[in-house]
Amino acid sequence: MKNYLKYLPFLALGVISCEPELDNPVDKVGFYSNGEADFSNYVAIGNSITSGYADGALYISGQENSFPNIMAQQFARVQETNGFTQPLMADNAGGLLLAGTQITSNRRVLAFGPDGSPAPKVYTGMQPTTDIINGLSGPFNNMGVPGVKSFHLLAEGYGDITGVPAGTANPYFVRFASSPQTSILADAVAQNPTFFSLLAGDNDVLSYATSGGTGVDQVGNLDPRTYGSDDITDPNVFASVYSTVVDAMVGTGADGVLMSVPDVTSLPYFTTVPNSALVLDAETAASLTGFFQAVAGIFAQGAIQQGVDPAVAQGLAAQYAITFNAGPNRFLIDVPVSQTNPLGFRQMTAEELLVLTIDQGALAQGYGSVVLTPEVMQVLGILQTGGTPTAEQAQLVLGAVSGVDDKDVLDTLELQALATATNAYNTTIKSVAQANGLAFADTNLLLKQVASGGVAFDGGVMTSAFVTGGAFSLDGVHPTPRGYAAVANLVIDAINQTYGSTAPKVNIGAYGTVTLSNEVQ
Amino acid sequence: MKKLLLLTVFALATAVTYAGGYRVSLQGQRALAMGHTGVAVVNSAELGFFNPSGLVYLENKLNISVGGFGVFSDVVYQNEQTGDFERTNSPVGTPLYLYASYKITDWLTAGLSIYTPYGSSVDWEDDWAGSHLVNNIELAAIYVQPLVSVKLSPYFSVGGGPIYVTGNVNFNRNLNRTLSDIEGNRSEVTAEASGVSNWGWSASAMFTPTEDLRVGFNYRSEIILKAEGGDANFENIPNSPATPFADTEFSAELPMPAELTVGLSYQFQKKWLFAFDYNMTFWSVYESLDLDFVDPSIPDSKNARMYEDSSVYRFGLQYDATDMFTLRAGYYFDESPVQEGYFAPETPRNDSNNFTAGLSIDVNKHFAIDASFLYSRFKEVDASYDYYSENGQAVPFSGTYKTSAFIPGLGITYKL
Repeated sequence: MKNYLKYLPFLALGVISCEPELDNPVDKVGFYSNGEADFSNYVAIGNSITSGYADGALYISGQENSFPNIMAQQFARVQETNGFTQPLMADNAGGLLLAGTQITSNRRVLAFGPDGSPAPKVYTGMQPTTDIINGLSGPFNNMGVPGVKSFHLLAEGYGDITGVPAGTANPYFVRFASSPQTSILADAVAQNPTFFSLLAGDNDVLSYATSGGTGVDQVGNLDPRTYGSDDITDPNVFASVYSTVVDAMVGTGADGVLMSVPDVTSLPYFTTVPNSALVLDAETAASLTGFFQAVAGIFAQGAIQQGVDPAVAQGLAAQYAITFNAGPNRFLIDVPVSQTNPLGFRQMTAEELLVLTIDQGALAQGYGSVVLTPEVMQVLGILQTGGTPTAEQAQLVLGAVSGVDDKDVLDTLELQALATATNAYNTTIKSVAQANGLAFADTNLLLKQVASGGVAFDGGVMTSAFVTGGAFSLDGVHPTPRGYAAVANLVIDAINQTYGSTAPKVNIGAYGTVTLSNEVQ
Repeated sequence: MKKLLLLTVFALATAVTYAGGYRVSLQGQRALAMGHTGVAVVNSAELGFFNPSGLVYLENKLNISVGGFGVFSDVVYQNEQTGDFERTNSPVGTPLYLYASYKITDWLTAGLSIYTPYGSSVDWEDDWAGSHLVNNIELAAIYVQPLVSVKLSPYFSVGGGPIYVTGNVNFNRNLNRTLSDIEGNRSEVTAEASGVSNWGWSASAMFTPTEDLRVGFNYRSEIILKAEGGDANFENIPNSPATPFADTEFSAELPMPAELTVGLSYQFQKKWLFAFDYNMTFWSVYESLDLDFVDPSIPDSKNARMYEDSSVYRFGLQYDATDMFTLRAGYYFDESPVQEGYFAPETPRNDSNNFTAGLSIDVNKHFAIDASFLYSRFKEVDASYDYYSENGQAVPFSGTYKTSAFIPGLGITYKL
């Protein structure tokens, strides 16, 4: 019997070697090719989109689904990598503390009301625990910092906690900056990356857009230190910063991919509340039309009384005799008072946009059209019976007009400013990519596809519809995990094309969308 | 909206389901070593499973066969498009058997058999690419059967008896591909039922036209295990009225299909025995797996399986080498009951070629040690399960699979 025992180890070996083996396993080195690229030390530079920000906050599971993290996982299927580290938040509540005081909001979740209707609400199920006084020791492959504009990438002291209250430093960068004096670019270069991705420029237009264009288009102003937070960055400033960043990264010997700036006005933040949401029945439409005929009449009469040529007065007044129809009508917006528009309001054009944060309750009460008080109705009655209202009564009618405020709307000029800047940035990005032989991923084109028709996947079609479309999180600006997965696929495609690599893409259907919770207030 | 979400969440393609067939053909060392033939082999108390009518031909008064197997079986999965790659880490299965027969008179033998013909154990990594179909599953059914074997003439015998089955099942899968709680943990359900029992029967006959040739027939009835009051535990469910998945009970039916075996054995040149069995397993009873949750707010789950009856062709050879050693070898081809498009990762088995060997060592005139070894060779297969859906749209789960199984076994035969 002893004689047989010596064969036992071979039997054990047989058990081990019995693991099933595929003829051509994908986990074998060489199944996928890295082509001319080297993904072993990938560093991602950018803003909130790069960080994995979603639902109005940064939180762990969002970061785990950041597009760079998804890409890094796919890179790891292609070649041996050093891993991909991220400055993970302390929890999934989102929200930052500064020495115990909350300075940014918790994430939003989709909550259902008692009537079963869903609405995004701020999650209150747990207290945020990420205090920026607790620094992390890096380095971190994901250098995405929410809120960063292009020129902030070069800003020294951007991670200095003492600059946070004044806005000269960024609380997210404070958490993981290697020193208070460093810049994002310096910390990225110091990692000696073999590969990098750069997505910058979104915030150079986005905050202007989300503020309803209340910021300043700084075209021509080459000193970003003088910019307000909601301003549009001058394209030459952008170009100069962008080239500096790319030169520094390429200088480390890294290959990389540059990503275009999406047209932010296609985001659900601007496409969810339609500008024609003034839905009227025939009776109300007729009475509104009558109201504005009265407005035009009162205006003409007043102008003539002030000595304006009657023909001119009638001509100016005509713009206020706005006709309303049964069904959807476009809202009115406030515009600056001018010689051609002395009352300072007009109806929106088809292209103009309302922001997601507009008070929709107020819209239902006449914000964006007319607030018809009983007193106003009384004056209208006087007019209808051929009477002449007093000057005071006439003023009451004009004052009832309630145009949408500038902060809630992107008007034609503001849209033009955004488009001009975005196009200029993208021209720069494309030419810098070409000049340096880097891959170019057209994020802007992807957003266009999502916003017009959507992107098909194995479980349906992903669109930009707010809450239900699947691409965008509950802040209306940042993608969901599924949206980020689509970005990762786009970037992987661009990399594969440029570098001859064959990194596999992910199935976006396996990535989630919005998170449900009724732990809200 | 709420309703839509509910539907989305509950395409519950539940997985108490063990595709590829959850038949575990490991019912005796001597038979397995000969390609799991035995319907016409009179050799030991293993007849208590393979053909009870043959028990009456055993020479000794008391015959006992007891043993077990170690099932080392794993599956590898990959998807070349995404780079997903997974290997199961299934626990070692240990099916056991015990057969005893006692000759009451020359023409009547009584017996008792305990065996485990159905079972499955597959353990994928939690939250893997196919986690919406299964994370892990464990199924076991124990058959207990009293028997009689009656010799009607020197050439012909019949046998059989009632079967009592008790089974248990435990499986876990994610509710769908994406639902997660606030922490990002995937929502999952564990369904567990134990002590599920039912009755069945088997009947058999053996014909011995000449001294060297035997012909056998065995039929085991279908037994449907009806789980009532099983526990369905939901975990990592978002705190939302749109996902009202509170722990509840469920009922479900799982068939242990009927099996028909016919075969022959032929003894030649004194020391050699050749055996051939043909099996038909009536898998077509397994059309759909339906889980009925007691909580009315949780939609029931209906999952097409549409298995087909499947055949197994078995060949075995035995050689009496010395007084002490008996050597055996065999081969069988096992056809999968799974139709194209129904290949799910719960027990992803396709057609297999199976090679067996073994020996008996007669320690003394009462005791023998039996050993056997099975190697199942599955072809690599590109397959998919096409009946999982989201929002009413079918979402196939496809990839390349390969299964392997390596099964050593050890047992004892006792004769008195």
